[in-house]
Amino acid sequence: MMHNESITEQLHSLTIGKYSSKELTENYIHRIKQLKHLNCFISVLEESALQTAADADQARYKGKVGPLTGIPIAHKDIFCTKNIATTAGSQMLHNYIAPFDATVVIKIAAAGAITIGKTNMDEFAMGSSNETSYYGAVQNPWDTDRVPGGSSGGSAAAVAAGLCSAATGTDTGGSIRQPSAHCGITGLKPTYGRISRWGMIAFASSLDQAGPMTRTAEDAALLLALMAGGDPKDSTCIRDDVPNYLEYLNTTLEGARIGVCDDFFADGLEAKSEEVIQDALKIFEQLGATTKSVKLPHIKYSVPAYYVIAPAEASTNLSRYDGVRFGYRCKDPENLNDMFKRSRSEGFGDEVKRRIMTGAFTLSTGYYDAYYRKAQQIRRLIKNDFHQAFNEVDFLIGPTAPQPAFMLGEKTESHIDMYLQDIYTIAANLAGLPAMSIPIGFSSKLPVGLQLIGNYLAEGTILSAAHQYQKRTDWHKCFPMMTTSESQR
Amino acid sequence: MKWEPIIGLEIHVQLQTKSKIFSGASTVFGAEPNTQASSIDLGLPGVLPVVNAEVYPRAVAFGLSIGAEISRVSVFDRKNYFYPDLPKGYQITQMDKPIVVGGSVQISLENGISKEIQITRAHLEEDAGKSVHDEFASSTGIDLNRAGVPLLEIVSEPDMRSAKEAVAYARYIHQLVTYLGVSDGNMSEGSLRCDANVSIRPIGATKMGTRTEIKNVNSFRFLENAINFEISRQKAVLESGGHITQETRLYDPTRDETRSMRSKETAMDYRYFPEPDLLPISIDDEYIADIRKKMPELPREKAERFVNNYQLTKADADTLAFDPIIADYFEATVNICQDGKLAANWVRVEILGRLNKDTLEEKIIPVPSTELGKLLNRIKDQTINGKIAKEILDTLWSSPTFNLDEYIKDHELEQLSNSNALEPLIEEVLKQNPKQAEQFRQGKTKLIGFFVGQVMKETSGKANPQQVNELVLKKLS
Repeated sequence: MMHNESITEQLHSLTIGKYSSKELTENYIHRIKQLKHLNCFISVLEESALQTAADADQARYKGKVGPLTGIPIAHKDIFCTKNIATTAGSQMLHNYIAPFDATVVIKIAAAGAITIGKTNMDEFAMGSSNETSYYGAVQNPWDTDRVPGGSSGGSAAAVAAGLCSAATGTDTGGSIRQPSAHCGITGLKPTYGRISRWGMIAFASSLDQAGPMTRTAEDAALLLALMAGGDPKDSTCIRDDVPNYLEYLNTTLEGARIGVCDDFFADGLEAKSEEVIQDALKIFEQLGATTKSVKLPHIKYSVPAYYVIAPAEASTNLSRYDGVRFGYRCKDPENLNDMFKRSRSEGFGDEVKRRIMTGAFTLSTGYYDAYYRKAQQIRRLIKNDFHQAFNEVDFLIGPTAPQPAFMLGEKTESHIDMYLQDIYTIAANLAGLPAMSIPIGFSSKLPVGLQLIGNYLAEGTILSAAHQYQKRTDWHKCFPMMTTSESQR
Repeated sequence: MKWEPIIGLEIHVQLQTKSKIFSGASTVFGAEPNTQASSIDLGLPGVLPVVNAEVYPRAVAFGLSIGAEISRVSVFDRKNYFYPDLPKGYQITQMDKPIVVGGSVQISLENGISKEIQITRAHLEEDAGKSVHDEFASSTGIDLNRAGVPLLEIVSEPDMRSAKEAVAYARYIHQLVTYLGVSDGNMSEGSLRCDANVSIRPIGATKMGTRTEIKNVNSFRFLENAINFEISRQKAVLESGGHITQETRLYDPTRDETRSMRSKETAMDYRYFPEPDLLPISIDDEYIADIRKKMPELPREKAERFVNNYQLTKADADTLAFDPIIADYFEATVNICQDGKLAANWVRVEILGRLNKDTLEEKIIPVPSTELGKLLNRIKDQTINGKIAKEILDTLWSSPTFNLDEYIKDHELEQLSNSNALEPLIEEVLKQNPKQAEQFRQGKTKLIGFFVGQVMKETSGKANPQQVNELVLKKLS
């Protein structure tokens, strides 16, 4: 079935003429309509996608083939798209149309891909369940009563449900990896700065990083190679040459040293998930790798440090939404302050406001040293921990999330519980390291993800490890049983 | 009671760059509202700032000119506050690690003594936009053309003790940044704006009084008036038993008074923190050495050189060195006429005088220095006298393109220095004014001027006055 093939397989099918890009795109559009209840998309670009698909078929016929020609890709609605609404999952931007494309959008389009739609997400990427979206929660394709994870929940569910070939996501504290784990797909957060942030609506600038969400590690490597690279519009973007990640994929795991952090297996990790992870470790050992316990003494401070730094940066990044120049403006403001206050009070959802308030507090006079500065110090210590660990091992392995997808509404009132969903993923953001999640089995019929954390700019290492694992196993090929929106009624 | 004012200034200098500090939008003044605001200046979602590298050499040159330390690593910070003309809700500035630290300048005061003013720091930042209140009936317009214009904020120590000192300091900074080419210094376009921190204390006291900050003064005259008003106001408050509230005040030039804008109690917490969208600025020794090499001569150095090389008085040298365009013009003139004093006199009196009279577009001198040099050469070789030279300069001023020597010849302006030609003229003048001749002989020697004047008149001003003088004396003795 074309919708659950990997990009690599689809490119092959397109090349040999098994089906056309138009057919592939029509199939996805059809499925998006059939599975509308999943609420994966904020915008579906049926018309332009079909047109681009037709153009792609023409191009292919003429032999003008790019690396993604005719492949339908969905963008998280945090990437600015010219002439198409970009909402960041917020009412604040319900009417916002950017005058430019994000660098990621430009690069993927330049490779020949089709933009099929903009995916649902937690409001301004703040959330771990996709329930903070102004456009409604996304359902997990494996169990529609459960969350897909967040914040890139729409992207993860869309890839898992076969609604697009792949999707882009962003990851500030786990927003690519955690939903990838919950939806049983492969998701990669590259090294901080590997992919340009230009046109990616900011949540926490020093942590935000775009990445691919795909069916396979091979697809992730293909997309990363296209998305990565220096950008003169982003001063924090790394200018180093982009390696050919596809060439890395066949590196054998023979002799590879895998670090296992004990802290990742402490209380809080669901028993069945741990079992599945241990099974995965055995596969890696069978593939020739050795495992070793490593110490990351400061990693236990990741969550508190993150929940100081990220809201602090968010509180100022979101100051521009003031109702003056674009976005939501309250009705009949009495005066300037009333306009600021009500536009922001009405335009933002609760979780966003909670983080703005937390962030503003930790940056305020008298608290800065106790919170923000301290958190940055912890961040440096965590970086050092990883640096030490990578002297002894090639990459680290652990859980992506403490348990599989939870029920919709289960944690919406318990903010700390929700924040702890990112307990394993946050450290890689704080340290700026590449990390990915791959599906490795099930717990009560729900996918379980394995996290691989690599050294600085060593995306190739974790991608090849993941690919080697996926060559040996079939977990990534599992596809959820779903009922259509029609039959749901 | 006698009071001592304590004044410190924060001067915002617009750096002269083609594009803004964090975007490619133009900085040219006077465009239609919002036509020079890019998506970055508008603070649209998803945009990122990239530092315009043109600001670094300018900040570094300023730092070197005041003997400051140039930070090898400096950091941009966000200063957070809500205002409609601040698009991002924060200003990108430098708080903890400014690019320029310390330094000092010597200012000249009226009584001829000079005073050292310490500078605390100078940092890079972006300007905000402009709120337009009077053009719309019930709403406020926002013009973001200025948003993101690069500024260097120069913060002084509270070293000034009068409004006059503060103005002298501000003028000095204005001159310095113009000299360095760091800024165009155009105050009417807002290229230099001052915030003044003012407090007073009883003379002899060591503890500082509570200060107020007067915001955004854009002329030297207003600065002097604002500070003087504030000093008087504070005196009146304290002498009537009141106390000064720490607050921000605005100067209203139409009423010549300062008014409270906001007090410390309602002061904002700017929640400064390092700008995560920008990397720290690294500047190495090589870069600094390179800027130092390219730096122009500073006004004080130039004036000293003028005194030494051309034997000018200090006052003349200071006047000529004050403006780089005038200074260059003067030196180019000296190059041709090889007479520093003569050139200085002519540039200071005749050129600057005419410039002030004409109020021409600033600093455009219609007569090229080559022409002035030639003209002075004709004075030196006695072809023409000074009076005629001034008349020729007037002509040159309105139509500077003609051949000077031909002009002199064609208009028969050559100086009459021939005794044989002059003597009959003088005799004729003496004959026609016997009364005055008699008075002169009786000792009223001042009348020499009268006779010389008569002869000059007879020759349409072309006679050599020195020679006429001598000949008259000879005839009358």
